[in-house]
Amino acid sequence: MVSSSHESCGHCAHHHELRVEDVCVRYRHVDALRNVSLSTSCGSCVALIGPNGAGKSTLLKAIAGLLPLSSGQIFWRNTKVAKWSREIAYLPQRENVDWQFPITVRGVVRMGRYPQAGWWRPFSTADEDAIERAIALMGLEPIGDRQISELSGGQQQRVFLARALAQEAHVLLLDEPFTGLDYTSKSALTSILRRVAEEGRLVIASHHDMENVREIYDEVLLLRRETIGFGTVAEVFTEEGLKATFGEDAPDGKEVA
Amino acid sequence: MIDWLIEPFQHPFNQRAVLAALLIGFTNGYASAFVVLKKSALKVGSLSHALLPGIAVAILLVGLHDWSAFLGSLFAALLIGLGSLAVSRGSRLDQDSALAILYTAAFSGGIILLRRIGVTQEMDEWLFGNIMGLRNKDLWTNFWISFGALGVLTALHRPLLMTLFDAEVAATLGVPVRALNYLLLAVLIVVLISSLQAVGCILALGLLVTPAATVYLLTDSTSAIFWGGSLLGGCAAAFAVLAGWWLNIEQGPAIVLVLGIIFLAAFFFSPKYGLLGRRKAKPASTGRK
Repeated sequence: MVSSSHESCGHCAHHHELRVEDVCVRYRHVDALRNVSLSTSCGSCVALIGPNGAGKSTLLKAIAGLLPLSSGQIFWRNTKVAKWSREIAYLPQRENVDWQFPITVRGVVRMGRYPQAGWWRPFSTADEDAIERAIALMGLEPIGDRQISELSGGQQQRVFLARALAQEAHVLLLDEPFTGLDYTSKSALTSILRRVAEEGRLVIASHHDMENVREIYDEVLLLRRETIGFGTVAEVFTEEGLKATFGEDAPDGKEVA
Repeated sequence: MIDWLIEPFQHPFNQRAVLAALLIGFTNGYASAFVVLKKSALKVGSLSHALLPGIAVAILLVGLHDWSAFLGSLFAALLIGLGSLAVSRGSRLDQDSALAILYTAAFSGGIILLRRIGVTQEMDEWLFGNIMGLRNKDLWTNFWISFGALGVLTALHRPLLMTLFDAEVAATLGVPVRALNYLLLAVLIVVLISSLQAVGCILALGLLVTPAATVYLLTDSTSAIFWGGSLLGGCAAAFAVLAGWWLNIEQGPAIVLVLGIIFLAAFFFSPKYGLLGRRKAKPASTGRK
């Protein structure tokens, strides 16, 4: 493994690969994912697109190591992802988070240093630096000591992104990051995700809004329990691709010329 | 007047009761922060009722010893807890329903059994506690339970809090979420049992929820909720024991009643989250605009 301070691949000539190979996930007796495969690498921004219940969240959780695979394998940097990894950050859907929990913005970001600090060791200066850097990068300094219950949707998303940056994650898995955001927050989040990817991280997000796919993402996985298509936006994000994914009533077919 | 105030401190059983109240109140207050943040008061309430049949069966099988009641109640709580999990997984019922069915049934069995096996203790003591009946040995048992429970909970504070905030995020950061959840439940059961003698198995729930819930209405600071809950629990319980002596009312219910009154005061008058505090704040803020 590369040294732990290796934060992203922006300054390196090589690219780290994430490979999902024939992954199947079963919940009780229902196939949530069937033979899903994709292969991508650092520096890319990948959209997971598909109807509700297509398994987008399941795939994100599987890559995060939260779900047992019933078959198939996931490799990150040629190492099998068995459980959790400090290099993979998972950002849950905003509506699934308890925003009334008594914790400050900084408190959430500090959680990102748990893998380094462990159960009770006090945070080192390196930890504190990483936390403050992540807060600054996400423009959260003025609200660092606010309760998370007082934040807007865009700010909530940035708090979780700052936590992932403090974690020094290479792979960011985001569940519906744009859902429920207003126009300004959406464009702010777009530029943040672009920047995070251009610095050499891998961003994978489930996505609903067909209108802004092209400006945000490099690659698209069309998903309906199984892979309908995977490739660059130009190759895969087409009218036929969406019809195959959503059926005849593909959303906003006109936008996808 | 002063004689009247000092009087309770002159009896050794009273000194023990005040000490025990401080100890139990402090530990329960600290643990109550976990119950409130985990939003699992209902679950803990069911488990506290499950203690009674455990004690009854333990007495029936091996007689009443110091440890038989403890182990019996621990075993019963585990059985009901895991049983509800099994029922909810094996049927279409949710776990809360399964828990309610199992604990009320077990509790009923416990009452019928305890009335028949002729234990010297009164039924009331199991249900509502008898803090004046504590012996030195009980005080020591309480001390070690508090020491152990507080030790475990403070040592694991960081991962526990992460688990309570968002279990999935915690898991992706390497926190052993499932193990910690079981451990937390086990510690809560032990804390429940430690307060059994003082306030009984029905009122134990009040001591294990109210302190931190009250502080939760007053502040957003996480550490204040934990340590404020401990202080409030300890002081309120000790005060209630004294007040019970002065006013000649039962100490167990007095403890929970005092906590309940303080909670209501916070509910109405908390500057930030109180019913009246909020109402006052609102016109002021609109007035500024």
